[in-house]
Amino acid sequence: MRVMYPEMTDNINRRNRTNSRFRYLVIAGSVITVIPIFLIVGNLAVKGFRQINLAFFTQPAPDTFQAMMAASSGEIIPGGIANGLTGSLLMVLLASLFAIPLGLMTGIYIYENGTTRYARFIRSLTEILQGVPSIILGIIAYLWVVKNITKGYSALAGSVSLAIMMLPLIIRSTEETMRMIPLSIREAAFALGTPYYKMIYKILIPVSFSGLATGVLLAISRILGETAPLMLTALGSPAISLDVTRPVSAVPLLIWDFYNDPNMVNLVWSASLFLMVFVLSMNLLARSVASKHKYI
Amino acid sequence: MSGDRVTKALLFISSLTILLLSAGIVVSLFGGAVPAFREFGLRFITSSSWNPTAGSEQYGAMSFIAGTVITSILALIICIPMAFSTSLFIAEYYRGTRTAGILRSLVDLLAGIPSIVYGFWGFYALRPLLVATGLTDQGFGVFTASLVLAIMIVPYATSLSAEIISMVPAELKEAAYSLGATRREVIFSVVIPSARSGIIASFILALGRALGETMAVTMLIGNANVIPKGLFAPGNTMASVIANQFGEASGLKMSALIAIGLLLFLITALVNYLGKLIIKRFA
Repeated sequence: MRVMYPEMTDNINRRNRTNSRFRYLVIAGSVITVIPIFLIVGNLAVKGFRQINLAFFTQPAPDTFQAMMAASSGEIIPGGIANGLTGSLLMVLLASLFAIPLGLMTGIYIYENGTTRYARFIRSLTEILQGVPSIILGIIAYLWVVKNITKGYSALAGSVSLAIMMLPLIIRSTEETMRMIPLSIREAAFALGTPYYKMIYKILIPVSFSGLATGVLLAISRILGETAPLMLTALGSPAISLDVTRPVSAVPLLIWDFYNDPNMVNLVWSASLFLMVFVLSMNLLARSVASKHKYI
Repeated sequence: MSGDRVTKALLFISSLTILLLSAGIVVSLFGGAVPAFREFGLRFITSSSWNPTAGSEQYGAMSFIAGTVITSILALIICIPMAFSTSLFIAEYYRGTRTAGILRSLVDLLAGIPSIVYGFWGFYALRPLLVATGLTDQGFGVFTASLVLAIMIVPYATSLSAEIISMVPAELKEAAYSLGATRREVIFSVVIPSARSGIIASFILALGRALGETMAVTMLIGNANVIPKGLFAPGNTMASVIANQFGEASGLKMSALIAIGLLLFLITALVNYLGKLIIKRFA
């Protein structure tokens, strides 16, 4: 008879030894995998903490001369990230205005017509869009908006690139959430003679609201930290600006600027710490919304 | 009844914008890349010279294609043991326990950290460590970039692998246990063979992530427009050269950068398609 698993015929002690060795290997590998997260969070917290004060949130970024003076006299660098905060908020808000309604409607469309060839094609396109590297969306927004609409770097161009990033995330989460709604709820609505549009507005959306909110929050937390597309579109600006046709800064763009200026190193730690904490808490918020309000 | 018709039309129109958006992206990338391909032809892909001096402009994407492929594959190689052991921890050894839940959330946290924060951390915390080992002078280069990339893609490989491993039917595993197999033998002769294609797909999708990563790589790879000469040599990836040079580019150089973007788009789309195809077969 052919022996299928020669190792099983070997000495049992040896097999038990390799068995427990492999188990320790798995545990060791898992521990090594999570070490970076503690290193990153710890590093940023220790070094970034010093610069976080009220001015950090209310004042725009300092110029390199101010930072140099402060660094040479051993003080903390004056100024903060207010221009980045307002720019990020402005662009995320605009991107959400484009992407949330469009994403929800497309997601519902795919869910409602999932069996047709056209809807399946749109779903595949969404999957491809989701895999497009963000820097390419920066090129696209540059070609479409910077060159043709605002004739220069602008907040609008930045939000277009962010919106294209958000869209597939929202579409997929909408479709997946809707799929979890029991068919009986829809059937009950139709049996009562509910028109199609009322079924969507009064039943599908409210019933799946927490799922939809989770999808939107996760999408926002994804784009909050995006830097590459904004470098090609929003460019950055030293002043607080809310004009969508002009360049604006964003928190990740400020980190990039600070990183390129040796005088500002202390500010990068704080800005990175802030960005990381902000994005991670957005993430946790999304997850807690998902776990708390389970209608379905 | 008109409400119905309006709703249906609205939903259809929004789905149409996805179609237009995708078509627009492809058309714009192709359109922007035309001047570069018209000037250099296929040599644009095979040549590795990059000379922006006016008058003798030469653009070739090979150094960046090589940089992208080398860093991503190296990142994948580093990522495999980490993601593999984490997914076994979560979905096999400590399945359903509190510890596994905590580990899963910690790994998920890695996915939430922005790319630029990884780059900055790699620059100030990881690079000095690598310099201290004496393997590299400056700490910039392919290996540093790949190491950080590996940490960044671990959560994507882990979450899918763990899901697939946990889907292996208990009867199969129990049958092997009843024959006297140890846990390690069950893992290698039952769990892995039956989850193989799903695990491979999860690593292919993680590779797709690594190919397009921009900021962390830009900050760590050293930004030299040549084919990297070794593990610790500097280079540039397709994404990082766009990030570095797009701002000051115009004319032929901009077209060359857009053409690199087009190539990157095609490569990532192909890799992602492959991963999704394997997953669909599996499911």
